[in-house]
Amino acid sequence: MKSDNIIEVENLTKIFGDFTAVNAITFTVKKGEIFGFLGANGAGKTTAMKMLIGISKPSSGKAIVAGFDVFSQTEDIKKNIGYMSQKFALYDDLTVKENITFFGGIYGLSKKQITEKRQQLVKELGLESIVNTLVGSLPLGWKQKISFSVSLLHEPKIVFLDEPTGGVDPITRRQFWEMIYQASNRGTTIFVTTHYMDEAEYCDRVSIMVDGKMEALDTPKKLKQQFEVDTMNDVFLKLARG
Amino acid sequence: MSITVHNLSKSYKKVNALNKVSFEVKKGELFGLIGPDGAGKTTLFRLLTTLLIADQGTATVAGWDVVNDYKAIRRSVGYMPGRFSLYQDLTVEENLNFFATIFGTTLEENYDFIKDIYIQIEPFKKRRAGALSGGMKQKLALCCALIHKPKVLFLDEPTTGVDPVSRKEFWEMLKRLQKSGITILVSTPYMDEAALCDRIALIQDGKILQMDTPKAITKHFPKTIYNVRAHNTYLLIQSLKAFKYQYSVYPFGEFVHYADQRNDFETSELYNYLEAQQLNEITIEKTNATIEDTFMELAK
Repeated sequence: MKSDNIIEVENLTKIFGDFTAVNAITFTVKKGEIFGFLGANGAGKTTAMKMLIGISKPSSGKAIVAGFDVFSQTEDIKKNIGYMSQKFALYDDLTVKENITFFGGIYGLSKKQITEKRQQLVKELGLESIVNTLVGSLPLGWKQKISFSVSLLHEPKIVFLDEPTGGVDPITRRQFWEMIYQASNRGTTIFVTTHYMDEAEYCDRVSIMVDGKMEALDTPKKLKQQFEVDTMNDVFLKLARG
Repeated sequence: MSITVHNLSKSYKKVNALNKVSFEVKKGELFGLIGPDGAGKTTLFRLLTTLLIADQGTATVAGWDVVNDYKAIRRSVGYMPGRFSLYQDLTVEENLNFFATIFGTTLEENYDFIKDIYIQIEPFKKRRAGALSGGMKQKLALCCALIHKPKVLFLDEPTTGVDPVSRKEFWEMLKRLQKSGITILVSTPYMDEAALCDRIALIQDGKILQMDTPKAITKHFPKTIYNVRAHNTYLLIQSLKAFKYQYSVYPFGEFVHYADQRNDFETSELYNYLEAQQLNEITIEKTNATIEDTFMELAK
């Protein structure tokens, strides 16, 4: 593994019965990079992501994530990554404080570390007034911001974000991306999927999956040049519509 | 008028979901409710489709009152809820026949009306709904909502979580459907879809912020907007936010949208300031406000 790569994937494949969900994808992600992982519904994004975070065994190929093998070292991968999905983020019937304590415990932090992290997080996000509020009664935007911070509690080298901003209002969406920039600036690698094409522009590099294959991978600027269009939305439409 | 809403309010315990909302939708109009999660869009749909009763205010749909004439409304509207709510273990065809029977009609009778959409899922008519892809489920749900040829169609976030290609196809389908004369009320969190409606209402925290045609709504943005770009976007955002005359700073795709507090603002001043912040490859150009700029301004 080259020292500046945090993810190295070679011919990674997943087959369900007679359906090839992910078809020999090959790419690398550099340390500290914001890597956009795009594709139409059903293109194989979720399946690929599940293999990378160690919860789905690949059919063939190779992949190293944060220095660990996706076939044999899945437990090590889980300890060294953060994960946040749109569907499941935090426990609605626990308070903000309880959620932080719970997830800190899951990630193996000591009581002292959890308290420190919690105080830091409360201060950074301005959570003073809602720290004892049940998460279920918070607006979606708040939940997503807290959820992202919780996924960073154990200071993972890389964090996987699966459609973190779906349905979130435009202002909160931008605040969320500022948090992403900040984490990336501190050296955390960001692996993110989104259906908002303006957000694709915020990534250092963007990959686009079509029918299980990775059909494009480059900086947003170069992709637009390559496809001779003005926006990432047009790049996406050109590729996915064929 | 196809839909009239007058001072409609609805609360759940502590939450004020809708707060004195008023608007009208003309017959044959494609009207968009644009707003994020929790804005009150779904509550409004449930009130108009007679599934909930308002605390205050009145509303009519297709000429009928939502409280007194609820049975007539249920016969004459189609409703596609945000969450997929067809029978997963019935096939495509069985679902359609089920909804047709409930409304006292048949698939054959209204085939022409839904044909444009139905032919795309017809090859899978023997497949169970639960085994369809996301895009196909959405088309089936739309067919079921249209099977009785309703006068008014309610679509609650039909494209949330759907990729840009399928979203575009869905809207092309809606535009064709609109030609049949049906009134459509559609909600979405995607601002780019707003441009495809005849008129839109921007909604947040249970209130309508503004209502107009998509083109005219951007006139409600009070300042000139500049597209600013530099080699490091994060540093650029931080620097712009620290600039003492900034009015608003929001990342917008490859640019950052910047508005200044002053009317006699010179871009050269900002250029020099950014250069002093160690930024390179700086460009500053005037641009037009988008619907999203307007929304953020009004939601502040």
